[in-house]
Amino acid sequence: MILEKTNSIAVKTKRFFEEIGDMTYFAIRFFKEVVTSPFEWKELIRQCFQMGNRSFLLVGVTGFILGLVFTLQSRPTLLELGAVSWMPSMVSISIVREIGPVIISLICAGRIGSSIGAELGSMKVTEQIDAMEVSGTNPFKYLVVTRILATTLMLPLLIIMGDAVALFGSAIVENLKGDVSYVLYFNKVFDALKFSDVIPATVKSFFFGFAIGLVGCYKGYNCSKGTVGVGEASNAAVVYTSMLLFVIDFIAVFLTDIFF
Amino acid sequence: MKQVVLELKDLRKSFGDNHVLNGFNLKLYEGENLVVMGKSGSGKSVMIKCLVGLMGADSGSIKIKNDDIVSLGQRELDILRTEIGFLFQGSALYDSMTVRENLEFPLRRNKDKINTGQTTEELVVEALENVGLVSAIDLMPAELSGGMQRRVALARALILKPKIILYDEPTTGLDPITSKEIIQLMRTIQKTYKTSSLIITHDVDCARVISNRMILLVDGINYAEGTFEELSTSEDPKIKAFFKN
Repeated sequence: MILEKTNSIAVKTKRFFEEIGDMTYFAIRFFKEVVTSPFEWKELIRQCFQMGNRSFLLVGVTGFILGLVFTLQSRPTLLELGAVSWMPSMVSISIVREIGPVIISLICAGRIGSSIGAELGSMKVTEQIDAMEVSGTNPFKYLVVTRILATTLMLPLLIIMGDAVALFGSAIVENLKGDVSYVLYFNKVFDALKFSDVIPATVKSFFFGFAIGLVGCYKGYNCSKGTVGVGEASNAAVVYTSMLLFVIDFIAVFLTDIFF
Repeated sequence: MKQVVLELKDLRKSFGDNHVLNGFNLKLYEGENLVVMGKSGSGKSVMIKCLVGLMGADSGSIKIKNDDIVSLGQRELDILRTEIGFLFQGSALYDSMTVRENLEFPLRRNKDKINTGQTTEELVVEALENVGLVSAIDLMPAELSGGMQRRVALARALILKPKIILYDEPTTGLDPITSKEIIQLMRTIQKTYKTSSLIITHDVDCARVISNRMILLVDGINYAEGTFEELSTSEDPKIKAFFKN
């Protein structure tokens, strides 16, 4: 019994490290292919538009509610401490530095990561990727490179948009509950925010976008076992990306703490 | 003497302890329809995938028009692939694109291959006319029946006017009437474009109608070779098993 369990753990550990190795190889292949011609500009622009456009409303609504709820929840405590005037500074720093990028990335991991995993997985099991290859097209370049680039480029934009909407939601609460004008609220926001808040958050959002694209593409592109495999690829894309986002976030916060 | 357009020599492929191909040999001559028959899981699809470089063989040589594909770089292989049409078992149409876009896809990437002076639109319409499906030009693959999907896939395989066409189970999953239509279409295409075709199938009717020559793939080797008449009247029990019905 103990031997069986030990064997099972050993097998799982081996599979885990093999998966990390394969994913690293996949990432290296991406960096090789991204700099070599031909460049799939048209498909890249199409992917950017699709990812940005389709996630726009979801990110906007989530950001708005995030700002509203965060302000409503924090208000009583700050009132009790007589520090309600600090609300714009606190909300803006929290949202821009941490909550905005992480929450919006997690939402995009669910929305974009699963969609990439399912789409490429389904293309793989129905031989569409093979069909592309035999028609003289490099499917890795056409499908994978464009998607990873699109998520890497679009996620920071979505995060900036989501942060702005969240701050607007917060401003509405402050305006209604605390009679703070919008101009005053945003003046305080911009007074509080420094480059050392904005730059690291923006830089890490590129890595978040890269992680979402990489894991979604890796899972979909290496999908097997028919339709069951497509479901697994889609699910694994979200789970693995979510874990990876927190790891990247930890590293980013750690480095920010050292350098800023 | 007809020219050999495709040749496999001593092709071997294993998956762990499962030796799928154990030294398979094949020669496809210009203008002929060669049928490779074998049971499900006998390695027919593996062989055809090795042939176009979708899967690497363990050993052996694969020559297409005198080019050994094993020694070709990715760029050269991509160029060579445009001279081969491939009809996949499940049609493999890009389901996020319309029929028109499916046909335009290989054209846009290899426009320099076609020197007929025709526009992309004209080439797409011509390919669809060949399979009798011009009316489906703006439909999505999901809106087509299985037979129609197979026809569109055939049109896509033909659009670059290849000289070699590989068919992977062209009639699998189709009803008998649609199967006959597809087989008829394959014959017409062969006559019109003078293509050389390699057809992987386990459909005896398909083999009877279309083959000039047949190879039976058993235990990873070419077990028997001959015309349909020669093989179907053989007394060898392993060969007879294919023609029982």
